[in-house]
Amino acid sequence: MTDSKKDYQKILGSVQKPVIGEAGKTGTWSSKKPIIDLSKCTPVKSGKPSCFNCWLYCPEAVVSRTIPPQIDLEHCKGCGICMEECPVKAITMEEVKSE
Amino acid sequence: MTAIEEKKADLNENIMILTGNHAAAHAFRQAKVGVISAYPITPQSPVVEKIAEFIAEGKLKARFVKVESEHSALAVCCAASATGSRVGTATSAHGLELMYEMLPWAAGNRLPIIINLATRSLGAPWSVWTDHSDFITIRDVGWIQFMCENNQEIYDTNLQAFKIAEDPRVYLPAIVAYDGYILSHTMMPVKLENQDKIDEFLPPLNHHINLSDISQVKGIDPVTTPHIVKRTEGTAPGYYEYRYALQKSLESSIDIIKEVHDEFARKFGRSYGNGIYKKIQTEDADTIIFAMGSVSSQARVAIKKLREEGLKIGIVSLKLFRPYPFKELREFFKDKENIIVFDRDIGYGYEGVLSYELKAALYSLKERPNIKGFIVGLGGRDVKTEHIITGVHKALDEFKQGIFTNETDFLGLRLDELSDYDESTYFKRG
Repeated sequence: MTDSKKDYQKILGSVQKPVIGEAGKTGTWSSKKPIIDLSKCTPVKSGKPSCFNCWLYCPEAVVSRTIPPQIDLEHCKGCGICMEECPVKAITMEEVKSE
Repeated sequence: MTAIEEKKADLNENIMILTGNHAAAHAFRQAKVGVISAYPITPQSPVVEKIAEFIAEGKLKARFVKVESEHSALAVCCAASATGSRVGTATSAHGLELMYEMLPWAAGNRLPIIINLATRSLGAPWSVWTDHSDFITIRDVGWIQFMCENNQEIYDTNLQAFKIAEDPRVYLPAIVAYDGYILSHTMMPVKLENQDKIDEFLPPLNHHINLSDISQVKGIDPVTTPHIVKRTEGTAPGYYEYRYALQKSLESSIDIIKEVHDEFARKFGRSYGNGIYKKIQTEDADTIIFAMGSVSSQARVAIKKLREEGLKIGIVSLKLFRPYPFKELREFFKDKENIIVFDRDIGYGYEGVLSYELKAALYSLKERPNIKGFIVGLGGRDVKTEHIITGVHKALDEFKQGIFTNETDFLGLRLDELSDYDESTYFKRG
């Protein structure tokens, strides 16, 4: 802090900015991980940006809106909502092996 | 038209006979407040009723948000202020207490909201009359607090309060208080200033946050950790740093309060002491009455009589209650002998708040003045000149005898009129 403003005058309101992993590596909380069967996935099969229910419903915003959809497993809490919402049942939840 | 005639016409145009509540409403109109949200409560209601009239008549271009409680009123004010708008409300007593939960949010987010408070005592028992109990309860949440003594001062302090609160060196909410009924419903001549001059004094708000621009600020108040958070997107302060900044800004705001008061005095020709406290006949005085609002107004009458008795007595009427001007008061009181404090409030379980805070502020003086506190006028009981005179005599007598106590001493109690009061008429005991 080098300019003439006093240090406390630079700290005003607590402002929100979207960041990845605000609460740390939440992926370590999960006991199950989602796996997408790309042969069933609608956008992959059609080659068009479509469906994306997994991206839409993911409460942690760890699914990308891409073809194919990517899941950020470092921050996925393993809730299974994507599996529930997938209309073509392309997503399965697999056990995470404890080390 | 001669120069004198021109001046007269100007005065006629601008002087109005107004209640304290309407003086506050006119200040809001001329400050061009953008959003007002309020809930009615006696004796404040005429403030926002008048504002609603101004909006309906097209004299004030503002949004008036109707809500179901004072808690929601201040919640709306916080949200509106965070979008960068000039915001204000008004309340009294339990309305302020219902707002209490939102008060530290406004301060913590550094939102320059102005509340007008027509002071009223807190129940139970139910009362709508004045004392300063509501005003003192919010002293620890981070708001700037002003107390006024007449309707012109209410108008002037409101205009100053917006400028102080919105100063980038401050960014804090402020409350402008005045005694319920004694000022809120009493009509006095109030000089309303020329709009162009006010616009010059009070330019549009340039807020530090502006939620109306979603590309800049996504939201305010994420969960803030005890520790500093370092991420690739940037470093964020912990709660402790935010609260340090709030406190330091409050402490340093005293200089800005004086600065704005002086600027106002130069521009409009009216001043209120140094903007922090008002001195009345203190030059030769060794004994000082210390009070706020309606109590110091009454003391002005009392010292005339006390001076006829030969006492060298004056008054310090506190205008700025928070941030507490301890340096200024310490400097003023360092060579005074006696201080008699009249509190229209109690810090229940201890003593009058003005009294114990002044004692604490003067503790570091090498030669401390004698201080005694009295309680007066709770629940709108008249504070009479003779109460103040009796208090001064009693205090000086006790000082002579070397009696110093923190126990409360009530003036104007009428226990003598209760000889026929029988509680069993009202309450049956088993």
